[in-house]
Order: sequence, then C-alpha cells, then structure tokens
Amino acid sequence: MSLIHGEARDRGLRIADADLERIEAHGEAAYPEECCGVLIGREAAGDDPATVEQVVAADNERADSRHNRYVISPQALLRAQREARERGLEIVGYYHSHPDHPARPSEFDREHAWPGTSYLIVSVLEGKAVDRRSWRLRDDRAAFDEEAIVTAGTRRFTAASRS
Amino acid sequence: MSLTIQIPTPLRRFTGERGEVQVEGATVGEALRRLVDQHAALQPHLYTEDGKLRSFVNLFLNDEDVRYLKQENTPVQEGDTLSIIPSIAGGGLR
Repeated sequence: MSLIHGEARDRGLRIADADLERIEAHGEAAYPEECCGVLIGREAAGDDPATVEQVVAADNERADSRHNRYVISPQALLRAQREARERGLEIVGYYHSHPDHPARPSEFDREHAWPGTSYLIVSVLEGKAVDRRSWRLRDDRAAFDEEAIVTAGTRRFTAASRS
Repeated sequence: MSLTIQIPTPLRRFTGERGEVQVEGATVGEALRRLVDQHAALQPHLYTEDGKLRSFVNLFLNDEDVRYLKQENTPVQEGDTLSIIPSIAGGGLR
C-alpha cells in the first residue's frame, strides 16, 4: 500500500543511528519532562524518503506542565529554518518525548500538528528510551498515520551540497 | 513594495511546492492577502473562518515577530522577507 491517504504516501523517514540515539539521549536527559527539537534534512523525492541530516535540540518553552506538554519557540524555529536553508536543506520534521507514555500521538498532539511533516516521538519509561515512532498528520487532520523509520544505509552529509 | 514570503514545509503543498513566493504589498497583512489570492488553498491554514490570522501561525518580518511590531498593519520595505513560522507544540497525555 503506497497511498495511505491522498498524497500522504508512506515513504518513511530516514535517519542515522547516531541522530536517533541523540534524540533518545535528549529524551532521557529531559525526563520526567518532555524534550523537543527540529529535524533538518531533505524532503522526500521520488521513491526516496525524507532524510534527516541534522538534529537540532530545542528548549521546551512551556512554563507549566512540562511533563506532558511541549512548545518550541517561534524564534528557535525561525533560526532552524534559516540555518537549514543556508545549507540548501529544509525542516523535515520535529521530535518530542512522551515520558511514561507510548510513542503514539495524543489527541493534544493531533490538535496542534500540521500535515506534510514528520513528528517523531520517543517513549521514555522511567528515564529510559524504550520506543520511537514517526507519524504524519493526514491532510484532513482526522488522524496520524505511522511512517517507517529507516536507519539502515544512512549516509551522513556534513558539508552543504546545494542543488 | 515587493517582498519575499518564506513558506514553511508543511504549507508548501498549497503553494505548488514553492518555498518562496514574491508578492507586492505595503503592509504585512496586504502581502499575506496577495499570497492567499495566488494560492487560495492556503486560506484555511492561515486564517480563521471570520478572517483573523490563526493563533498557531507566527509571522516574522526579517528578524522581528510582527506581534511586537504593528501586527498585520506593519509596513514593509522593498526587499523584506516575511517568514511564516507554524507553532510547534504538543505533548503526551490530555
């Protein structure tokens, strides 16, 4: 099944093991609060999945309920977007952790999410990252669809290669 | 005034996958309306049904959040860049 819903084709999210480990470590360090950050890379093209080239940790700007809520400041997002574009890259998604909760989007996540981008969630149980899953919101906002996380065969690009 | 509007990845599907759109306008609000004129599918993602800018949408004129300027009435200069930055929030339990 290649077409899940409209144009939401499940091509997955490609990410290096080291970057996934960095996200998990961020989730463990932030426990019992939620961590969050930005995934910078290349959009899906043809049959290639979206590819994460860089993980940018962000501060959880929530003043309250940090154990089950996160917000990334618009200023941090503007900075991330600018840095990405200077390297010929894009924001391809965002990550956050769910302390003592499964790596599935909550109703609150759905209400605040945008279609057309990846939401990677790490489940951190009692301080240990135990699961990680990536999701995309449908265009009609009715639900998230899970997408595969592809870690094998990932090449790291350190220099900007503009197209 | 001609300015560049930067479109974030989630909204690019509504601009024919374009990351930047050039529009004319004297204020931020005017430029945004020109953008929506060109790409009508953006409308429900930027504005509420009664025509107000959605609270989950942040606008930066160059480096400044327009909330701290004159909001949609903020005047623009030739060559300015207007960035649309979607709010990113969520969390585990309800």
